[in-house]
Amino acid sequence: MDINWKWDMFFEAFPYILQGLGVTVGLTFACFLFALIFGFVWVFLRRIKFKPVNWLVTWVMEFIRSTPPLIQLFFIYYAWPMVPGIGVSLSSFESAILGLGIHFSTYIGEVYRSGIEGVDKGQWEASTALNFSTRQKWTKIILPQAIPPTIPMLGNYLIIMFKEVPLASTIGVVGILALAETYGTDNFRMLESYTIVALIFLVLSYPSAILINKLEKKMNRRFNKKAALQESKGAVV
Amino acid sequence: MVESLKEENNSSAFASNMEPIVEYKNVHKSFGDVEVLKGLDLNIFPGEKVALIGPSGSGKTTIIRMLMTLEQPTSGEIIVDGKNLWHMEKNGKLVPANEKHLREVRGDIGMVFQHFNLFPHMTILQNCMTAPIQVQKEDKEGAKKRSIEMLEKVGLGDKLDNYPSQLSGGQKQRVAMARALVMRPKIMLFDEVTSALDPELVGEVLEVIRDIAEEGEMAMVLVTHEMDFALEVADRVIFLDDGVIAEEGSPREVLEESDNERLQQFLYRFRS
Amino acid sequence: MINALIEVFPVLMKGINITITVFILSAIFSYLFAFIAGLCRVSNNKYVRGSTSVYVEIFRGTSLIVQLFWLYYAIPMLFDVGIDNRLMAGVLAISLNYGAYMSEIVRGSILAVDKGQTEASIALNLSRAQRMRIVIFPQALRMMLPEFGNYLIQILKATSLVSLIGMTDILYHGNILRSTNLSAAPTVYLLLLVFYFIMALPLIFLTRKGEQISKRGVAS
Repeated sequence: MDINWKWDMFFEAFPYILQGLGVTVGLTFACFLFALIFGFVWVFLRRIKFKPVNWLVTWVMEFIRSTPPLIQLFFIYYAWPMVPGIGVSLSSFESAILGLGIHFSTYIGEVYRSGIEGVDKGQWEASTALNFSTRQKWTKIILPQAIPPTIPMLGNYLIIMFKEVPLASTIGVVGILALAETYGTDNFRMLESYTIVALIFLVLSYPSAILINKLEKKMNRRFNKKAALQESKGAVV
Repeated sequence: MVESLKEENNSSAFASNMEPIVEYKNVHKSFGDVEVLKGLDLNIFPGEKVALIGPSGSGKTTIIRMLMTLEQPTSGEIIVDGKNLWHMEKNGKLVPANEKHLREVRGDIGMVFQHFNLFPHMTILQNCMTAPIQVQKEDKEGAKKRSIEMLEKVGLGDKLDNYPSQLSGGQKQRVAMARALVMRPKIMLFDEVTSALDPELVGEVLEVIRDIAEEGEMAMVLVTHEMDFALEVADRVIFLDDGVIAEEGSPREVLEESDNERLQQFLYRFRS
Repeated sequence: MINALIEVFPVLMKGINITITVFILSAIFSYLFAFIAGLCRVSNNKYVRGSTSVYVEIFRGTSLIVQLFWLYYAIPMLFDVGIDNRLMAGVLAISLNYGAYMSEIVRGSILAVDKGQTEASIALNLSRAQRMRIVIFPQALRMMLPEFGNYLIQILKATSLVSLIGMTDILYHGNILRSTNLSAAPTVYLLLLVFYFIMALPLIFLTRKGEQISKRGVAS
């Protein structure tokens, strides 16, 4: 066994790679924001009762969700500009926002849906009884109740997306992974470089995960009395 | 009053010529800051039927759960058939029992739960057969035969291949009793076995317990709210209040003749 | 368009063996790691529990693509392997990553089995191992099924990453084709997506089946 590891190179590489953190984190939030907004589009498309449309939307979502985001990125970055008529050339950063954003919007849409289904049926009936318009029902009654309980789940997706964002280095987004690759190949120090990237991810995502876990427990207690009850029951035993 | 009752009890059917099968010696149990048992001393004799009654939180369920090793006493000793349940001897010193010791001692004890706790992924026959085969290393045919006998005895001989989810609450509880009986315990514990049942299903379960009780050999400890049933089946009734035995004696003495005020209040609430 | 398809399809097919091999091996090892780690996390031994948590948190806390590159460079240093270290890095990265995620499912399902089940098996004097094997685990397994199906699809998606360490899977061949003929890009990537979707279809149905079984199995 021959472990070829140089600490001085490790410390030299660290600040260099760290320069990419802004891009990585920025892209994460951009993708997340896109997915948050686009998630609503799926929710409303799926509520269309017309059978063929409903069927189509369901399968398009399934298609996006069950095919690799890496290939979706390649498609948007390399193939989209080549499509006659509707092709548009996007920068790598824009392609990444669109690709990862759409990919995860299908998951976020499901999160919203679970939140909406979690709202008591009586709330719809009550808002009908109070003669709210459809729009008011959604904005004043249903969504304000449906979305807050999903915040921890959305937070989880933020962390998941953070870890998927380095995929964008394959289409030329220069975040921490791309810088690590550059440093690694230039100095023949791949292992040190990738270890640094892994460390950065760990240091940022692990505490966030704990934070979201805590938030989730708090939310459960507030929004889901049944879950909270079970929890307290478990504590007694 | 309590003193005299105790003496009377000692001279009853389960007399001093018998060694107790279970002894609680100054047992304390706390959950967090709450002390639910405050120094319990209790002997149970072979074949004796004991009913534990009392308001919720009085510690009656905890008493049998400690015997079944589901809860560990905070202090004190429980002796089962001469063997210390929660402690074992190691190099001449008493140390906390390990899994092996617990399994050795609790082998004679069976339990029926309030919420049945049947295994949902097994048929009711499998529910009964599994433990004799796995624990007592009985051969499959023998275990099956005895399980079927036992299920027939509780009136479920026609449901052998059903899953618990297909049964009513009363039927589930009868399966649970058959499952415990197949293990041939010397002591059977019943933890509020009718509390989770719809009122019209209580009768069939009590019927089975009555049958078991009449056979006589097994000691039974029943935590129950069925006062009339306790009066009929039990040799001794124990009223627990605030973590201590507040009253004990024959069912008639406790349920009809006692002038303990707390007991009166408790019984009043049940009869009204 | 048809011409382009006829041209592209056979090229991509050259990589199908690699893609499927990586998928099957990764799926097997993911489940293996998931069960081992999941059971370790409910162990009574706190050192076993602790060290497993470290594994799980490291692999869940970092990115799969980073793990893949890291292992790709680390494996030749750690093991003097004669076998294809790309395949080893690819399969190991995917299965260590998803094994870590799925171990949480294993752990959660075991802990979600009703406490009464453990109590009843103690009352029947089953040993600790018997309790897990006969009573708890079979019930937990049913709860795991839907999530396990979902992760199978995630694992399939993840196999596309192995082209990045030079494995000649379908994406690798597609990328080569694109780099020589940029106008073929739409056909190439659309076909790749369809390939993956067709492979995912049985898994999607399997997942739905798992959901049904799961719903049936936990009634009590």
